[in-house]
Amino acid sequence: METVGFIADNLDLIAALTVEHVSIVGVAVGLAILTGVPIGIAITQNRKVADAVLYTAGVLITIPSIALFGVLIPILSTIGHGIGYLPAVIAVLLYSQLPIIRNTYTAINNVDPALREAARGMGMRPLERLRRVEIPLAVPVIMAGVRTAVVINIGVTAIAAYIGAGGLGTLISRGISQTDPRQLVAGALAVSLLAIVADYALLWAQKRLTPSGVRA
Amino acid sequence: MITLDKLTKVFETANGPVTAADHVSMEVPEGEICILLGPSGCGKTTALKMINRLIPKTSGKIFINGRDTDEQNVTELRRGIGYVIQQIGLFPNMTIVDNICVVPDMLGWDRAKSRKRAMELLEMVNLDPAVFANRFPKELSGGQQQRVGVVRALAADPPVMLMDEPFGAIDPINREVIQDEFLKLQKEFRKTIMFVSHDIDEAVKMGDKVAIFRAGKLEQFDSPDNVLAHPANPFIADFVGSDRTLKRLRLVTVGQAMFDAPAVTEDDTLDRAAGVMRDLDHDFVVVTDRHGRPDGYVRQAVAEAKHGTIAEHHARLPVTVEAGQDLRTAVSQMFTHDVTWLAVTDSQGRYQGVVTQQGITHLLGKTYGAAATAGTAAAAE
Repeated sequence: METVGFIADNLDLIAALTVEHVSIVGVAVGLAILTGVPIGIAITQNRKVADAVLYTAGVLITIPSIALFGVLIPILSTIGHGIGYLPAVIAVLLYSQLPIIRNTYTAINNVDPALREAARGMGMRPLERLRRVEIPLAVPVIMAGVRTAVVINIGVTAIAAYIGAGGLGTLISRGISQTDPRQLVAGALAVSLLAIVADYALLWAQKRLTPSGVRA
Repeated sequence: MITLDKLTKVFETANGPVTAADHVSMEVPEGEICILLGPSGCGKTTALKMINRLIPKTSGKIFINGRDTDEQNVTELRRGIGYVIQQIGLFPNMTIVDNICVVPDMLGWDRAKSRKRAMELLEMVNLDPAVFANRFPKELSGGQQQRVGVVRALAADPPVMLMDEPFGAIDPINREVIQDEFLKLQKEFRKTIMFVSHDIDEAVKMGDKVAIFRAGKLEQFDSPDNVLAHPANPFIADFVGSDRTLKRLRLVTVGQAMFDAPAVTEDDTLDRAAGVMRDLDHDFVVVTDRHGRPDGYVRQAVAEAKHGTIAEHHARLPVTVEAGQDLRTAVSQMFTHDVTWLAVTDSQGRYQGVVTQQGITHLLGKTYGAAATAGTAAAAE
């Protein structure tokens, strides 16, 4: 009951922290789409490069976030941003690469070879083929990758509170340091709820972006 | 016109070079369908795909309407060639009408013009545009999709079409229907077409010319009838089948095998009928009605033995054939009704003449006789 009371008394604070949280994940995943999708498409041209890129992205995602923040502090300190918003965004950007690149790569590779042959035979240039056929057909799978990235990184961002990035993790870290279960539980609940809501919102977007001819 | 000049393709594989096309030279005249035929792996599809440069050739030249395709930009070349594949390859994210208009849109055609043409083309393959134009490919059956595939290749009105086993994945009943529809389209559009098939029956039905391949070599390039009647070597004879003469029945119309035979009418006397038969050296004569339609026949034995008018003594004809039908149909009717001859009519049902088993045998046999004589003459020299 105390927790409910705490939440009711601090709705403004929770809302503000949620906005911070969303702004870190949103900006970072947005940038990750802008980098990951082109990389995923580019590596379909060469199997060896694809393996190398996917392996690298796979290694990145295994680095514990606390360790990654630790690594970023000295590097980013050189431009005066060792802690705070920027390292959080960079970490999320890196963690998002694997699901987005891998899903893009898989989706483009799985486009029916007959469609590719028909498109080539009809005189579509490679970029026209991507824009008119391959990307529209790959969108559902790419969006599934984006959803995975968002859900993972809502969790990662909670930890970024320890490097002063703000967000809902602030409640959790305070709850731990002040031995205040109300803040701890409120923060955890808010993070979970945010992940669930984001996942459903992106699922809706995924369905909207799927061309009607390929909707199940 | 499509001209291949010593077209050669050598694939470098792990087991050494493989020649998929070996100095293939041929010419398909404007408005004709040439069937590239042969067992799988014979190089027919490779030859086809070198024309629109989906497969780069090793050496040789390809000309389309006299123009060397090497001198053309590959994108423009492909946009100027209709392309149909067995897997159809309709884009699932586009509606039927957008699929059809892919090439016209890339060529920058006026939208209204290309959409109108798409509707006309849909109608020509018996797909109601009001129903199908805005559907997606997955909502169509395989046969309907392949009709759209063919129409899509025709959309930008290219002079030349390449078809890679276009009807290979369609069930036999539908395949016949689509083949007939396509021949009707071809009658109107007169495209120059290269058509890959592994089915001799399809080749005989669709082709003006047949090119038979084996191991990358063009073994015979000839009319379907000549390929069936005079296979150039034992491989081709084997490939076209031991029943190849029966397949020729399809290539000849009843009209070609028919001969004139005067008819009598119901009001004539049996004596007159007997006279006609004696003149023709036939043992039957066809009886026509007031409208000139074959109505029955009189047998010689009856005419010789009895007297009176034909009306009292003629027998009914079990069946007739039209002059435009092929001999396969005629022979099938003969077998069905246990007769050795049929009365032939025009499309309005008027009597034209008769076709007999002996006449058919003679017509089909003539070409063999000529070859045999020529062979003997050559041997004698």
